[in-house]
Amino acid sequence: MTTNIIIGGVGGQGILTIAGIIDMAAMQQGLFLKQSEVHGMSQRGGAVESHLRISDKEIYSALIPTGKADLILSIEPMESLRYLPFLAPNGIIVTATEPYINIPNYPEPEIILNEIRKHRHLLVDAEALARQAGNAKAFNLVMLGAASPYLGIASSVLEDAITERFISKGTDTVQMNLEAFRLGATHAKR
Amino acid sequence: MNPQLLLGAEAIALAAIDAGISGVYAYPGTPSTEITEFIQQSDVARQKGIHSAWATNEKTAYEAALGMSYAGKRTLICMKHVGLNVAADAFINSAITGVHGGMVVVVADDPSMHSSQNEQDTRVYGKFAFLPVIEPSEQQETYDAVRYAFDFSEEMQLPVLLRITTRLSHARSIVLPKAPRDENPFNPSTDKRKWILLPVNARVNYAKLLDKQKQLTAVSESSFLNKEIAGTGKKAVIAFGIAFSYVMEVRESAQLDFPVLKISHYPLPDKTIRAFTEHYDDILIVEEGYPVYEELLKGYFGNSKFHGRLDGTLPRTGELSPDILAKALGVEDGEARQAIPSVVAGRPPMLCQGCSHRDVFEELNTVFEAYPEKHLFSDIGCYTLGALPPFSAINTCVDMGASVTMAKGAADAGLHPAVAVIGDSTFTHSGMTGLLDAVNDRSPVTIIISDNSTTAMTGGQNSAGTGRLFDICKGIGVEEAHIRTIIPLKKNSEENKAILKEEMEYKGVSVIIAQRECVQTASRKRREKAKETPA
Repeated sequence: MTTNIIIGGVGGQGILTIAGIIDMAAMQQGLFLKQSEVHGMSQRGGAVESHLRISDKEIYSALIPTGKADLILSIEPMESLRYLPFLAPNGIIVTATEPYINIPNYPEPEIILNEIRKHRHLLVDAEALARQAGNAKAFNLVMLGAASPYLGIASSVLEDAITERFISKGTDTVQMNLEAFRLGATHAKR
Repeated sequence: MNPQLLLGAEAIALAAIDAGISGVYAYPGTPSTEITEFIQQSDVARQKGIHSAWATNEKTAYEAALGMSYAGKRTLICMKHVGLNVAADAFINSAITGVHGGMVVVVADDPSMHSSQNEQDTRVYGKFAFLPVIEPSEQQETYDAVRYAFDFSEEMQLPVLLRITTRLSHARSIVLPKAPRDENPFNPSTDKRKWILLPVNARVNYAKLLDKQKQLTAVSESSFLNKEIAGTGKKAVIAFGIAFSYVMEVRESAQLDFPVLKISHYPLPDKTIRAFTEHYDDILIVEEGYPVYEELLKGYFGNSKFHGRLDGTLPRTGELSPDILAKALGVEDGEARQAIPSVVAGRPPMLCQGCSHRDVFEELNTVFEAYPEKHLFSDIGCYTLGALPPFSAINTCVDMGASVTMAKGAADAGLHPAVAVIGDSTFTHSGMTGLLDAVNDRSPVTIIISDNSTTAMTGGQNSAGTGRLFDICKGIGVEEAHIRTIIPLKKNSEENKAILKEEMEYKGVSVIIAQRECVQTASRKRREKAKETPA
């Protein structure tokens, strides 16, 4: 059983933090994993993606073949569509709805949402939920929570990984991020 | 030893620490930067006092590493592929001297040019220098290969080249480390004939290097890094390095059982390859980068049994992927892929908001308006993004340091004004010598050092000349009156433009140091300071 995930967004949105937490949780569950990420020039305000593969057997390629992504997890709506060629026929798009506009030709948000609605999808107002959790910047954790039912990893294991990730920043930070994660997870279950 | 989640780059770093290195020497460059950064951030490395400061460029890094090896210690050198061009003089000659303490040269190639100017293949350099090359296929193997490479280097008394590509360097997996080894004792070499490359010695050493080739090939024949995956049919695959992972991905997912020979050790194990290829009519050769070994195996007049990048079975350029391999292996899963909707706009990388390079380009563009000829020679770094809108400010970007020397050459040809823009780290890496040429020739050039006091493009590593650029330029011989410092901020814009104009009109060498700290490193420093002094 292999789960293929593409995490998309814009450089600086916390994509690698999400990937790192899923990696840690997968390792704790004794699974194999391969996770490819983008460094260097592309990170400067450009489109950034991470391929993440989790499996109960050995994984060879760090890149997901097109048409084989079970989940596109995106921190920004337009970026979720950039990786559509990878989406499996029964795959799902889980995306934040708040656009990140740093280009002059950013399309009408409603057109983007309509494109997303053509596929199996879950739209999340991540910023509002993050604010509810106590920090608008924690929207990447909200998105991790919203995607959690599709990862094949128990929520408790993911929560342990979140704790481990943020413990050096203090227990308040851990609690805030756990809260953001839980709000996202609750949103997914509605 | 506990399993760890590591990038390929980090697996190299940890393996080198565990192999007992006393130093790492490097200049940052994607996709190699994280190797040295991992060692810099390692508590173990700090406790052991492992040297890990950034070098001024790859050549100085290489020679320092060679010196540490001379002293008997194990040493790691890391760079990106184009960095080896800079270090090539030392690299080729280090094959002639050989080494004393184990020395591993990691070169990270960037096929598809994610963050580079070309996609050269370091394995060509391995052949060129007659040195052994190791090319691991995944993270655990990378860790094991580095440990092995240090022993192998000491056994053969040669540098060992470790070649990786972007997708291995920047992909994470679980790695199980092995027990750490102690550092070598301080034990400088006393063999002058080995180290003094006077022709009389070099000829002897070169002959010895060539003599070692048979032994190196024999080692490849029995290397744990090479293996055969048994299978059926008359079609087979020879996969090199990371290409093996893509071949196996397709083989497993399409449930095929074609035979595969995996090679991760050069020079080629020729007996192994001959024995394998004799059994099959049709062999796909898969390597990431140039068709280096495909060309060799196919031979000058071509052997129609072999397929790959040369006959179009695989694309001639770019990195490999499972999709590319599926196509080459004739695997079609019949499912139509979704297209990217036309509404999706491109989102290219860009200069950060508040970046000092933005002000420099805006001021330069305005000053240039008065001239019929507008040519700005640029260099390699964040400011290369000045090529893109809204600035569209630069005309060239070739290699580290070329802004200064190309401006000089164009000035010699009569271009006025001849203006170069170069970052502070790139200036000390490769710009200083070109500046000396300009000074000696009194070439009418204006060199703008866009000094953000860091190596920003690769993530904010230390920059060798921070705080000393004025003195360096003065020392090189630029007249003090024509070394101007400006602070690129909106409020200084009029004054800065006047200075730019003045120096562009000066008929000699002028340097303008546009000094303002990188917004990224400045905000990082603020965050770290806030952490140290909690409210």
